[in-house]
Amino acid sequence: MNIDGVSNGIVLDHIKAGKSMIVYDYLKLSKLDCCVALIQNCQSKKFGRKDIVKIDELIDLDLDVLGYIDPNITVNYVKDNKLFEKKHVALPETLTNVIKCKNPRCITSTEQELPHIFKLADRENRVYRCAYCDAVGHTKGIK
Amino acid sequence: MNKPKPRSVVSILDLTTDEINGLMNVADDIENNPDKYREKCKHKILSTIFFEPSTRTRLSFEAAMLSLGGSVISTADSQSSSAAKGESISDTVKVISNYADIIAMRHPKEGAPVVGAMKADVPVINAGDGGHFHPTQTLADLLTIRRTKGALSNLVIGLCGDLMFGRTVHSLIEAMLRYPNNKYVMIAPSELRLPEYIREELDKAGVDWEETESLEYAMPKLDVLYMTRVQKERFFNEEDYVRLKDTYILDEEKLKTAKPDLAILHPLPRVNEISVSVDDDPRAKYFYQTLCGKQMRMALIMFLLGIK
Repeated sequence: MNIDGVSNGIVLDHIKAGKSMIVYDYLKLSKLDCCVALIQNCQSKKFGRKDIVKIDELIDLDLDVLGYIDPNITVNYVKDNKLFEKKHVALPETLTNVIKCKNPRCITSTEQELPHIFKLADRENRVYRCAYCDAVGHTKGIK
Repeated sequence: MNKPKPRSVVSILDLTTDEINGLMNVADDIENNPDKYREKCKHKILSTIFFEPSTRTRLSFEAAMLSLGGSVISTADSQSSSAAKGESISDTVKVISNYADIIAMRHPKEGAPVVGAMKADVPVINAGDGGHFHPTQTLADLLTIRRTKGALSNLVIGLCGDLMFGRTVHSLIEAMLRYPNNKYVMIAPSELRLPEYIREELDKAGVDWEETESLEYAMPKLDVLYMTRVQKERFFNEEDYVRLKDTYILDEEKLKTAKPDLAILHPLPRVNEISVSVDDDPRAKYFYQTLCGKQMRMALIMFLLGIK
């Protein structure tokens, strides 16, 4: 199966197999006008299987979101058909407006304008807690 | 230009162990030399903004500031405050920052004082946010234990009653884990045992602790007994409540096997979990605990205002 390379854009590589749709949703890629390709279950020397997302435009990416979804993702920036920058993401210390606090007793449930901020509480188990009420973050589809 | 945010205290974890010890030393000095402190906060204003009813905590904060020679401004009750008109916490604290030098805030929603501390230009003290944190209660508990037992280490501490929902119990455990060589006996019905994350914290800290449903079993071992209320609404069925409620009522009979120098604490208000007959027992320290609370609030207000 052949998919054209990106001449000016971003390739998100080494996404854990099956997670590319989550990346697509969290980065809100459906709102872009450019061409976006999701490639699932590719062969990977490192992981056996992996997903890839190709975005045919150099957009501003929220690397914290990517790090939260899968800290193994690599971000390749391509300009004039050449790779000009490669970034590795990491599990972020803070997440802002990525996940929402579901605790009905949390202040964010009544003060709607507040940003939903989560802090990394346990790196090993990837546990985030609400910066306001300390409730554990809802990790839908992530783990 | 934005000024740096002043130091606030939302959780007991916002204070280092050295700072807590320092606050207790100041509280002891307040006890011994009250005259020295009568004008420490002269011309300073404390605003108590309480979004839910509270009697003792608000009065304790106000008494603390008045004892330091400062003044107090507060809303009459949550219904008459601007919050009732839909004003955000952020707006409320920004306005009050222009009127007061320090804010004590209580709110029914968890994390509300975090918002207050983020937005205010003056220090914010959390005076209780729902079932979340109540750091000045913990400071009161620590001072009471230190004064009555002489230290915060080498003690056997019994925590009794509702250990699942009791925020004061959770904060006290977190604070006491900073001090070495304490043993803990958790006395609660299985429905109200300590939440898993705190049990894990105790295991992780490597401390000696055990769980029991029997207050009688634990009593002879204890140096400190921290009582909390077992509330009917916490039980799945009434039968269990009726079966257990008297088990956790402390009376003279149950105290017969207790050590002569036991310290009995309770965050108050008490309903019926400690029999009134215990009040005259010299081991009852729960009214003294409120004095310790006022003195710790005095020390904390001075600390956050940078007054020595």
